[in-house]
Amino acid sequence: MSLWRLIFTNLRRHRVRTAIGATGIALGVATMLSVVGILSGAVRMFERILRSDSELVVFERNVSDLFFSNVPVTLADELEKQPAVKDAQPVLFAIVASPDRPVITCFGIRASDGRLKKATWVKGSINDFRDDGDAIVLGERAAEFLKAEPGQRLELGQQSYPVAGIVRTENGFEDGGVFMPLLCAQKAFHKEGVASIVSVAMNAGHETSEVKEWMKTNHSSFSALENEEFSKSYSQFKILKTTAWVVGGCAFLLGGLSVTNTMILSVFSRIRELAIVRVSGFSKGQVARMIFGESLVISFIGMIAGLVLSGVGLRLLKLVPQLQGYIDPSLGLTEILGAMGLAVVTALLGALYPAWYAVRLKPADALRYE
Amino acid sequence: MSEMISVEDVWKSFDRGRIEVLKGVNLGVARGEVLALCGTSGCGKSTLLHVIGGLEPPDRGLVRIDGKVPSGEAARLELLRRGVGFVFQLHHLVAGLTLEENCLVPAVATGMSRSAARARVRELAEATGIAGRLDRRVRELSGGERQRGSLVRALLNDPPILLADEPTGALDETNRERVFELLLDLARSQGKTLVIATHDLDLARRCDRVVRMRDGKVVEDGV
Repeated sequence: MSLWRLIFTNLRRHRVRTAIGATGIALGVATMLSVVGILSGAVRMFERILRSDSELVVFERNVSDLFFSNVPVTLADELEKQPAVKDAQPVLFAIVASPDRPVITCFGIRASDGRLKKATWVKGSINDFRDDGDAIVLGERAAEFLKAEPGQRLELGQQSYPVAGIVRTENGFEDGGVFMPLLCAQKAFHKEGVASIVSVAMNAGHETSEVKEWMKTNHSSFSALENEEFSKSYSQFKILKTTAWVVGGCAFLLGGLSVTNTMILSVFSRIRELAIVRVSGFSKGQVARMIFGESLVISFIGMIAGLVLSGVGLRLLKLVPQLQGYIDPSLGLTEILGAMGLAVVTALLGALYPAWYAVRLKPADALRYE
Repeated sequence: MSEMISVEDVWKSFDRGRIEVLKGVNLGVARGEVLALCGTSGCGKSTLLHVIGGLEPPDRGLVRIDGKVPSGEAARLELLRRGVGFVFQLHHLVAGLTLEENCLVPAVATGMSRSAARARVRELAEATGIAGRLDRRVRELSGGERQRGSLVRALLNDPPILLADEPTGALDETNRERVFELLLDLARSQGKTLVIATHDLDLARRCDRVVRMRDGKVVEDGV
């Protein structure tokens, strides 16, 4: 006979109540991990777009969104002349609409950019995508929802463009987007001579600090950050990640309320029982440990169920055709530890009032309780 | 005989003094004595037991247990753990636990070793005739068995004092007789000081001494 035996006995005696409490936590964990998983996945994909075999991202200093960043293309040419730089590719990001689709991501790139070379060409050939032309290449999913085929002309924004080919990429944003020759994109979006970012690939044996230093000396109005640094400092990523944790935290809060409710019911329904354990010599601390123990066990059950639920849920979401490429179901250790930590905190907070009530019970009064 | 319990001018009221339950009670109980507290409902018997056992602090006056005043949380806790054992009108066993597990609850509080606690339960269960029912859950036990179980629980930590508040009040005629006899036998054979609150004078007369209470006071002693 131990305190744990008492804890488990009480939980087993009220299975439905225990299940409801655990379900609240499970839904909280599942919601949090799903939201974090989906948004983190989106961030990771955007990071991959920026990275694309490069080590550095150059963008306009102090812009809140890369869509508003204007980096002269001449800077890419200057960078390419630096001995440390192997390749500098300007990329222009834009959002464009077609008659049936209000939002399509557009990537203005040079023909020499590695991302089209790396992609699987479903239709057409890379030779049809030329810097001086206006032929565009569609991601496979974009071609699907735009119902476009190579050889057709596609209306995007104010212009129409010939479709040169269709590529398959693993990245949801690219797969649902449009690749446009940089010059053509600059003209279409009134961004002549500029790009949103420059992706910089380094020559072997050189450090990124060399480029950063050169940028600081010669182009102080632009930032050159390593991909990791960029991910941590880019405000849009920060907003997305914070949103994920806040939404997940709110879901957890609701789960926590269900634990509180369960524990309050648990305490109120056995007031005489609590009195008798006090009469039997239980200290206030032992009673509190019993209540917190019950809450922790409920949260632990809920957490395991939530982990399973979110794992299955994310995998199922990945199978939804519209979401393919956007969902990254691989949850990191940070997210899982974060959810576990929140489950413990929720359990402790949820049991705070019931435990306080239980330890304040006067056994003599409680024994008279009807 | 030395006094095991000494109640000196004890007052106790509830509802911010509006309901006075004990009004200057004086009472001494000798070591090993079996005392019956009699009186009608509401005369203060239960409250007096609660005050003696440390469940309620007196508003005024002193309670000495074996010459010491258990004041403060730690002293009261120690009194509940090793000084007194309570038996109530209702058994208050925890549903879902077996009878043995219920009897072991005080051992969890004191941290008594598992083997020692189980041996003690077995010994007391033999004495109370419920040894064969220890593995049963509460719902499988009769009223008498449940009350005997609560007696084992009260005696587990071998307290020198046993306080019984209408211990047979919820039992039928046969069980009432059996449990009362058992209580007296156990107390006498183990040298416990026993205070029983009851309104049943027939049962009370079997005790060493009968004290009658009325309106929060001791009105007759040694009936």
